[in-house]
Amino acid sequence: MRTELRQDPEPEPDAARQPVTPVPIVLDGVTKRFASPRGEHREAVRDVSFRVEPGSFTAVIGPTGCGKSTLLSLICGTERPESGTVSVDGRPVDGIGQDIGFVFQTDAVFPWKTVLGNVAAGPRFRGVPRARAQALAADWVRRVGLAGFERYHPHQLSGGMRKRVALAQTLVNRPRVLLMDEPFSGLDVQTRQIMSDELLSLWELTRPSVVFVTHDLEEAITLADKVVVLTAGPATVKEEFDIDLPRPRDAREIRHHPDFVRLHELVWKALRDEVRVAYERGLGAA
Amino acid sequence: MNGKSAGGSTRSAGARTVPDVAGAAQAGAVVPGGAATVRRTRLRGRALVVAVGRVAVLVVFLGTWQLLAATHTIDTFYFGRPSGIWDRLETWIRHGTSQGPLLTQVWVTLQETLLGFGIGTTLGVVCGIALGRMRLAADILAPYIKTLNSIPRIVLGSVFAIWFGLGIGSKVALAVVLVFFGVFFNAFQGAREVDRALIANARVLGAGPVQVTWQVVVPSALSWITTSLHVAFGFAVTGAIVGELLGAQQGLGLLISQAQANFDPDGVYAGLVITALLALTAEGLITLLERRLLRWRPRPGSNR
Ligand SMILES: Nc1ncnc2c1ncn2[C@@H]1O[C@H](COP(=O)(O)OP(=O)(O)OP(=O)(O)O)[C@@H](O)[C@H]1O
Ligand SMILES: [Mg+2]
Repeated sequence: MRTELRQDPEPEPDAARQPVTPVPIVLDGVTKRFASPRGEHREAVRDVSFRVEPGSFTAVIGPTGCGKSTLLSLICGTERPESGTVSVDGRPVDGIGQDIGFVFQTDAVFPWKTVLGNVAAGPRFRGVPRARAQALAADWVRRVGLAGFERYHPHQLSGGMRKRVALAQTLVNRPRVLLMDEPFSGLDVQTRQIMSDELLSLWELTRPSVVFVTHDLEEAITLADKVVVLTAGPATVKEEFDIDLPRPRDAREIRHHPDFVRLHELVWKALRDEVRVAYERGLGAA
Repeated sequence: MNGKSAGGSTRSAGARTVPDVAGAAQAGAVVPGGAATVRRTRLRGRALVVAVGRVAVLVVFLGTWQLLAATHTIDTFYFGRPSGIWDRLETWIRHGTSQGPLLTQVWVTLQETLLGFGIGTTLGVVCGIALGRMRLAADILAPYIKTLNSIPRIVLGSVFAIWFGLGIGSKVALAVVLVFFGVFFNAFQGAREVDRALIANARVLGAGPVQVTWQVVVPSALSWITTSLHVAFGFAVTGAIVGELLGAQQGLGLLISQAQANFDPDGVYAGLVITALLALTAEGLITLLERRLLRWRPRPGSNR
């Protein structure tokens, strides 16, 4: 396990807002198999290679069930590839690293902790004294727009608010690598746009290297510097697109940018066939 | 979350009735005003009906019993009668029992019960959580645990009487054994059913195995564990009383068995009444504890 601590294990609230030292993420010929219920091995991810530049925002998009979540667990270190290497900051991933933040696809905030307790959990796990951890947490709770809800329990919050808690919980650790698995799924369009804007401004704050998984092409183009399109399972890289839209971006307005429309058309052409394959497979299975 | 509701629902079913009354009574005390008042009044009306209904059931039951006994429809030699039981309780309270003051008897039984409950619960929780976290050990030990569980454990009372003598040790031991398994299986199941996503999240946030156990597994399993406590206290009382029936120098169980030996049904029932009061009090305290520990959960029935 790469467990060496960062230089600043106990950042001052001001330091908490400083950018982290970003790191590159490199996947090289990564293949992952799972045992199917019938006992045979099925590939979820096949020979995937791509690179996430330090401090950049990469969106990964592909049809449902193609292996996007699996890809993130490989980068996170909760799963090991059968072949190929995943490396973060030039070192092969070996277990869950200190520098990783992961916003899960499913609701994973702790229901028995308050909002503040949830956000303070990371620093507490990492040995930060309680008072200090709570101060850091309070800062992030405010930053994700939940000031006043510190003492609420998750079941008293809306779905969007719980996603914010998850985001704050992850960001308070100042990860240098931020993995997000469809963090805004299940939210309505307006909330998604607001959250996208918030995510972008939070990301500008500390600038980690981001891998953002989504189904939503517009969301991918809005947020990312690069969009990686995966094939229907097993996931392979179909095509990569550089998104050279200007920053800072506004989630609503960027959609009317001429380049946005052009890029959307371009990426959609690559994605369309894969979505169709996945859909027809689904029909075949049904 | 889904996995837990199975354990939680039985718990809430039992715990609902009493709070209803308390909650409604509180609501009724609020200053009147508009439509809410109507609802409050209705709630208070309902609470009153429930309270009166409960007393009525008791009165009818005791009245019928007394009447049947007075008219010699039932034989008081077997069934006793409420006034006789009351007299017996009064005598015990005023003049003590044949074995000494009533309080001493209650205290002895209570001590055995609480010790058995405490030790059994602690062991059950610790073993359940530990094995729930250690798959390999759980798989290895599974057949032995099942075997132990299938033994009719009451029989162990006689064994413990031989091992630990007539003192409080043998009763505590029996209570521990009875309590342990109920709590153990619930804690084990609770530890098994923890949401994998929560564990993964904790690990990524930086938790080690010990922190995962304390901060994720234990809180998740808590609703399972507290559910088992209600039953476990009943088991603890059973263990203590049965232990005393099998041979003792003090305690409510001895009081009951002495009354039985003297063909005194009123004494037997009086002993039962005291035992029931103990169990009811404990049940109330456990419900309070449960509510305190599980405050973070949505209140059942408050989903509006
Ligand atoms: N732990 C596992 N054991 C066995 N098979 C798995 C496991 N995790 C994922 N898979 C399989 O790997 C494939 C990819 O799953 P994955 O969750 O990565 O898809 P996804 O792209 O994230 O889907 P979605 O968009 O619906 O979230 C699926 O066929 C799934 O059945
Ligand atoms: Mg997924």
